[in-house]
Amino acid sequence: MSGLTKKIIAIAGASAFVSGAAMAADLTVVSWGGAYTKSQVEAYHKPWMAKTGKAIVSEDYGGGIAEIKAQVESGNVTWDVVDVELSDAIRACDEGLLEPIDHSILPPAPDGTPATEDFLPGTLHDCAVANIVWSSVYAYDSSKTRNWNKPTTMADFFNTKAFPGKRGMRKSPKVTMEFALIADGVPVSEVYDVLGTEEGVARAFAKLDTIKDDVVWWEAGAQPPQLLADGEVVFSTAWNGRVFNAKNAEGQSFEMVWDGQIYDLDLWVIPKGSKNKEAALDFVAFSTATEQLAAQASWISYGPARASSEARIGTFHSDDSIKMADHMPTAAANFKNALQNDFEFWADNADQLNERFNAWLSK
Amino acid sequence: MADSQTASLEPITAADGTPLKKKLAQALFRSRVRAVSLVVPLFAFVMASFVIPILALMWQGVYNDRFSSHMPNLTERLTMWDGLTEPNEKMYEALVADLKTARADRTIGRAATRVNQEFPGTRSLFTSTARKAKKLKPPFKESVIKANKKWNNIEVWQAMKITSQDLTPGFYATALDGRYTVDQGFVRQDENRQIYVKLFWRTMLISATVMGLCLLLGYPVAYLLATLPLRASNLLMIMVLLPFWTSLLVRTTAWIAILQSQGVINDLMVFVGITADDARFSLIYNMTGTIIAMTHILLPFMILPLYSVMKTIPPSYMRAARSLGATPTMAFIKVYMPQTIPGIGAGGLLVFILAIGYYITPALVGGQDGQLISNMIAYHMQKSLNWSLAAALGGILLAGVLVLYWAYDKVIGIDNMKLG
Repeated sequence: MSGLTKKIIAIAGASAFVSGAAMAADLTVVSWGGAYTKSQVEAYHKPWMAKTGKAIVSEDYGGGIAEIKAQVESGNVTWDVVDVELSDAIRACDEGLLEPIDHSILPPAPDGTPATEDFLPGTLHDCAVANIVWSSVYAYDSSKTRNWNKPTTMADFFNTKAFPGKRGMRKSPKVTMEFALIADGVPVSEVYDVLGTEEGVARAFAKLDTIKDDVVWWEAGAQPPQLLADGEVVFSTAWNGRVFNAKNAEGQSFEMVWDGQIYDLDLWVIPKGSKNKEAALDFVAFSTATEQLAAQASWISYGPARASSEARIGTFHSDDSIKMADHMPTAAANFKNALQNDFEFWADNADQLNERFNAWLSK
Repeated sequence: MADSQTASLEPITAADGTPLKKKLAQALFRSRVRAVSLVVPLFAFVMASFVIPILALMWQGVYNDRFSSHMPNLTERLTMWDGLTEPNEKMYEALVADLKTARADRTIGRAATRVNQEFPGTRSLFTSTARKAKKLKPPFKESVIKANKKWNNIEVWQAMKITSQDLTPGFYATALDGRYTVDQGFVRQDENRQIYVKLFWRTMLISATVMGLCLLLGYPVAYLLATLPLRASNLLMIMVLLPFWTSLLVRTTAWIAILQSQGVINDLMVFVGITADDARFSLIYNMTGTIIAMTHILLPFMILPLYSVMKTIPPSYMRAARSLGATPTMAFIKVYMPQTIPGIGAGGLLVFILAIGYYITPALVGGQDGQLISNMIAYHMQKSLNWSLAAALGGILLAGVLVLYWAYDKVIGIDNMKLG
């Protein structure tokens, strides 16, 4: 980018961020909002503020690295710690938008296992430390009487004969195309090999064609529970924590189908040039300690990224009868047929498949 | 007469002896400076917050140095390369050298992302080879291809040659469903990736429909506003303005509640028996939803200019036409309507230009076939981070608006427009 453009973006950026800068904060932590941010505030922010005496301002965003990029390139970084998806963490790190995080600052497990061994495989990266494992599943409202049996497989989601009605799906090729292939009979271990070929992409679109007229597309994570509750759709793909929350905190009678779930990570990253880098590193280390990760799991059904946290997962904060461990994506009963989102595949193919997906949508 | 002639030869002077003409010029100049200095802050503000950012973004649509600034050695070699022959050892050597520095600087992702835009699937090729770059030994051609055999594909090198050119028509080509290649120039994009041209047309079509509907609905309302007695018209005005002052998001979500398949309208139709319970109408999450919501939201922009024009038309004109024997319809068409054209023009242009840039409403209620080009621009700004493509799409949209503006000026005349 030319120097002139940089300066102009800096000016535009400066005016846009004046409001943000006006708030005096020792640390600005940015996450996805709703029940998820609440779980972090309870489990991470409050204990950290009590320990250090510093103030955290919590902001919400909708994902993606555009905002981080804008802040770093304009030289006006107001976010200190951001919760991002794995593919975004890798991409932002490759583009030099993030501070590297030295894994030696992460506290060991209570039994002395070093952090690098305690964290689940693939959850520690050069610029990012994972806090949770979350999953895309599909859900339905069991209170609505319908004359069909309970759905149990991903194939049922695509079966409009046995399960007539509209379906909610996220308007993005990511996850949607994997679901289509799993429903079409591709074993989860081969999904990305198949999707990497031209025939595989055609096969996924062909499968999606079979339900295209019945799909309501959603974009924000809060939409699927709403669509289900309104009866707008009979099935909807959704993030497991949101469905869990709608069910147990808002009294909806939603059920999840875990077959063919696609799980992914959320990670803490620190934008390059953060003004509170020391505090940010301290917060990342503090919040990903065994105790804090386990505490978060009592607020929302996302799995902790540390092995040592799993044994400490308790019950839902407002209802002691709900054992959180049973509701995690990684719980044995739920994990039988699961696929990990392949960040490298999507880093390579997101642009191309998005164009094809949009072209397919408008056909 | 003789007196005045002599007088004109000797210039009239002011009290301090300077010629009056000069004095006048000075006074005029001072007042002009005062007037200009009053608008300087506004001018600076518009320049800094509007004109310069737009120009800078437009510039990004044709200029992108992400590759060349991070891969300088290779860029030099690629410039010399004809793009058709087998890449030589020197090019591979430059590639390895650049990969090493880019890996150390953590900038490899930037160059890789740029090439990936031209040739999908190459991003990991760069990042994975960069990780191994330190260990690569000469002859580089062999060891690089051994590290990843994709490097043997000449299309990768052609994509790099394209991206190494800072000044490029490539983004505009992509924005028009084309591709810019080394050997063939501009070619059509693969059919299953063509999307933008269709979206531009759809945006125009939806905007024109919304404009037409606004005119159809807004004209009678504006007429009532302008002709009803003050008490009634004030109440009507408040009913027009109240939604106008309400948040766009509130109004859009209200439409979701009304139009959804379990919503008010469908419930009513099922109740009355127009449709069966399992065959409810799809009024939202499609083009119908977009058109209905946008028409409602943009209606005040049509009504207000129409009203301001109609207010100035004396009712006596219509009475005169009637007294001269015209029927009410005739009088309306021949006398009243032509006088409202400036309002129709202003309202129509305003609604149309606002409509083609709309994006929150289509994003919320548009579903799959109610999306507009601005949703795609937002996508490239926020998600894919391909700002150059977003700039190119925006540039085309801006050019479209200017062409329409120009056409409007030619056909109706811009002086004929009245905004209030």
